[in-house]
Amino acid sequence: MILDMFSLKGRVAIVTGAGRGIGKAIALGMAGAGAIVVVAARTTEQVAATAAAINESGGESLAITADVRYKEKVDNLINETLGKYGRIDILVNNAGGMFAVQTMEMSERQWDVIISENLKSVFLCSQAAGKAMILQKSGSIVNIASIVGIVAQPLNAAYAAAKAGVINLTKTMATDLAPHGIRVNGIAPGLIITPGTEWLYDKPGSVANGIPLARGGRPEDIIGGVIYLASDASLYVTGETLVIDGGLITRLPMTQPKLAQ
Amino acid sequence: MAKIQFSLEGKTAIVTGASRGIGKAIALAFADAGADVVVASRTIPDLEKTAEEIRLKGRHALVVKTDISRQQDIESLIEKTVKEFHSIDILVNNAAQLLLMLPSMLRDEGWDKMINTDLRSCFISSREASKVMIKNRRGSIINIGSVAGTMAVPYESAYAVAKAGLIHLTKVMAGELGHYNVRVNSIEVGMVRTKMTEGVWSNPQIAKIFEQGIPMHRISEPEEIAAVALFLASDAASYVTGASICVDGGASLAGFNPDIQGMTLPEQYRIHKESLE
Repeated sequence: MILDMFSLKGRVAIVTGAGRGIGKAIALGMAGAGAIVVVAARTTEQVAATAAAINESGGESLAITADVRYKEKVDNLINETLGKYGRIDILVNNAGGMFAVQTMEMSERQWDVIISENLKSVFLCSQAAGKAMILQKSGSIVNIASIVGIVAQPLNAAYAAAKAGVINLTKTMATDLAPHGIRVNGIAPGLIITPGTEWLYDKPGSVANGIPLARGGRPEDIIGGVIYLASDASLYVTGETLVIDGGLITRLPMTQPKLAQ
Repeated sequence: MAKIQFSLEGKTAIVTGASRGIGKAIALAFADAGADVVVASRTIPDLEKTAEEIRLKGRHALVVKTDISRQQDIESLIEKTVKEFHSIDILVNNAAQLLLMLPSMLRDEGWDKMINTDLRSCFISSREASKVMIKNRRGSIINIGSVAGTMAVPYESAYAVAKAGLIHLTKVMAGELGHYNVRVNSIEVGMVRTKMTEGVWSNPQIAKIFEQGIPMHRISEPEEIAAVALFLASDAASYVTGASICVDGGASLAGFNPDIQGMTLPEQYRIHKESLE
């Protein structure tokens, strides 16, 4: 039965940055598809809340506080997961962050912070989890990149470069790990509505107008793609980054209706 | 917990080239997921078999003999679908034709035939189906592209160009139809075990050469293409449009293939040609 191919029943999945936003939606969505979810993020209270939400609705989860910019924290996340479940089937590298700054005014420290949050963290987690997956001879890694890794975004040079780095890291690690039966894929979300930016999408002539599907993305819109790439439905897919943006970057920007400020 | 829906319960799908291979796998997968399926192709006996398997799954099937290189056939396919099911929720443009040829040997008629079958037909079927979808403010069009449409494959000239056109048609139509909640996506398939590639997988020596060049060291099964088509057709992909998903075992990743580079172009052509005979 084809729908069974999309099941994650009994799979052990780590989701980083799962305290809120897209990561939280992914963690809940994967639990809904049957996965045991290891919920990782920096903020202990948020990690606990996501894990509790999974447990309350009948799923299984493990909350681990982890700052994935640091190797020893990543090793601890992987070791705790292996200690409890003995395996890692799926790793979703979702943790990341950004702040707007003029490229000409960006400090070296600002550059380093953004690169380590968005790119180095993906490398560290993938390498550590990859070692366990090599021993299992199976595994699926899903990296949450961004359309900004494909198209330019003003005031976001380091973040855009980091996300472009994630997209190629996905390709190169896919070729490195294919002989071990491990797949590495990515998702490039478009404009996702967050509690602070809802107002941008509500009014007529708003940001939503510039998007072919005429609405901003919700964190839940990313879940289907993650489940597809994490599950056996995509066993022949590797190195691929799936764009989930409502069609935004398919159109030449000057042909899109003007965005509201 | 959010429950993501990959089900196609209550939806109507048209699949072209559904008599065998990828098209048949997609038609059966859609039926498995709950859709009623209109199967179209030129070969009626095979098409009837696909329809029979769909009915065994408890879904409705409609057989429409269609030569997609003929505009009136496509128009009649859409009409018959609407008459029977009152809706078209999903259109899969899968039917295609490949003539393998040295560029110097490809005649005008061969070029026209491939562009007509592999690209023009997809535009016409999408145009006709989208009229219904726009009215319903709902729809998903899935174009079966190929890695040959994103990277050059020698001797596939017009086929490769048609597939490149199809992948771009996907983006253009996604931009035009998005406001009506009609999504358009494509799948770039690598080597799949079908009639088109029989010469490759049925000959162990040739199969080995191709498999070595693919990071996953195997070719894919039609069901693996059906799975991604199901994802794109379903509500799980409701924010996915204009996208192209590559399902090729990593074949197109590295940009060059150290295993096959020692071979001269005529040698490659010979193997290619043998593989398709």
